[in-house]
Amino acid sequence: MLGSGDRRATVISTVSTLVFVGALAAVFFLAPGSSSVRHDFFSGTNMWRSLVGDNRKGLPSIGTAIVLNIKMFLAAEVLILILALVIALVRQSSGPVMFPLRVVATIYVDVFRGVPLLLVIYMIGFGIPALSLHFLSSQSPAVYGTAALVLSYSAYVSEVYRAGLNSVHRSQTMAARSLGLSGWTAMRYVILPQAVRNIIPPLLNDFISLQKDTALVGVIGAIEASQAAVINADSTFNYSSYVVAAILFLILTIPLARFTDHVIRRDRQRRLAGALV
Amino acid sequence: MSEPSRDADRSGVEAIRVEGLHKSFGAVEVLRGVDLAVGSDEVICLIGASGSGKSTLLRCINLLEPLDAGRVVLFGEDISSDPGLDQNLVRRQIGIVFQSFNLFPHMDVLENVTLAPTKALRVPRPQALEEARALLTRFGLSDKEHDYPDRLSGGQQQRVAIVRALAMRPRIMLLDEVTSALDPELVAEVLDVIRELAASGMTMVIATHEMGFARDIASRVCFLEDGLIVEDAPPAQLFSQPKDERTQRFLRRIIDAGRL
Repeated sequence: MLGSGDRRATVISTVSTLVFVGALAAVFFLAPGSSSVRHDFFSGTNMWRSLVGDNRKGLPSIGTAIVLNIKMFLAAEVLILILALVIALVRQSSGPVMFPLRVVATIYVDVFRGVPLLLVIYMIGFGIPALSLHFLSSQSPAVYGTAALVLSYSAYVSEVYRAGLNSVHRSQTMAARSLGLSGWTAMRYVILPQAVRNIIPPLLNDFISLQKDTALVGVIGAIEASQAAVINADSTFNYSSYVVAAILFLILTIPLARFTDHVIRRDRQRRLAGALV
Repeated sequence: MSEPSRDADRSGVEAIRVEGLHKSFGAVEVLRGVDLAVGSDEVICLIGASGSGKSTLLRCINLLEPLDAGRVVLFGEDISSDPGLDQNLVRRQIGIVFQSFNLFPHMDVLENVTLAPTKALRVPRPQALEEARALLTRFGLSDKEHDYPDRLSGGQQQRVAIVRALAMRPRIMLLDEVTSALDPELVAEVLDVIRELAASGMTMVIATHEMGFARDIASRVCFLEDGLIVEDAPPAQLFSQPKDERTQRFLRRIIDAGRL
């Protein structure tokens, strides 16, 4: 049941939202170029045609193309989680035996965090086929693009993992080792689970960004949603297909964004509950 | 080092021998030549001001801290001089409990207790559970087995930490100021657990600020100051007729503070 204060707040927020949206709409519709923008970006027939595609004219369907984005995202996500963890564990390792691997991992992170993703996609997408290696050089652009995403994002995500590992207090390692657990067993059962719990919010944040960045793979010729939109726009001289692609990306990213908020909120509540005892 | 059989005749065997132990952290020399012998079934209490080296001595005994010089001998085997020694095998025979409990916060009580037996000793899970439940019951924690550490009081957490160490069936227990982080009303329940352990014949080395407890439970009390064992004597003698002038000074301060 809502109290009168709650009802008042609801009324005020509704009114202010309507005023805000109304003001935006007024600017949009009263702008001098309004009618041409509405035609160029929001034409219903063009939007529908680019969504479903047109085989006769050779225009790709954005609705079909977004499936490729989803596939690239899912494949990249799994590989990133694994590769980034390996890099983080190598960088956190101690002992002289691991020294060369530590150097390699450090250089890897420096390089792939420093080079723009777009350039990595170009270099992998055009460079690997040019090598003419039997199996490696005969993959589709989507595969090269996904590889580039994995290489680039793993560098970032490994740093997220590392922050998580460092957030677990040293005394936890000491307690585990004092029970006679080996270094690896202590990492696997004691440190890592606590570290992963701490990094889920930043990790989900990186994955929202990864979902969008699958669009960049279009530059090496993969027909994903944004590339399909470009092809449609180029042939019809109408940009409504961009809006279609944008909406489809929103449909993908918004649920993950809300889920991230939910996880962060739940985590905070759990900590508060723990602190009260 | 092969794992010595657990049911070997222990009476009269020396459990721990520490000789000429030196340990520095950076420029600070924390232990400056410590000698200590602990017989099987003995309970040794280490007393002394904070920073006198009690905790470091305990951590050196189970190799959590590398030694700078000296030897640690465990049941007749030198565990400090062999670089190829599997330190995990040593630590499995020595339980240690810390001032700050250090339970694993992402595991419930039962998981905390069974992790090391199942992963390090490869005890089958049903057997590990059964042993864990028996220990929890013995120390009055049977209704807590599915609670997470942050739901337990400090005293309960410390008792779980003791049970977790005991689940590895150690031959020696090291207790590092296990009541120092507890609210006063929770100290007794933990001390009772330690008394029970002593009565069951567990060999223990206990760093403590609880002088009355040390006097009750210890077979010998060692007073440490500045990284040296200044005096090592049965409690009746050390607390009543301390020989060394430094021990006398320390005990006088304790008595003045109303703690003995």
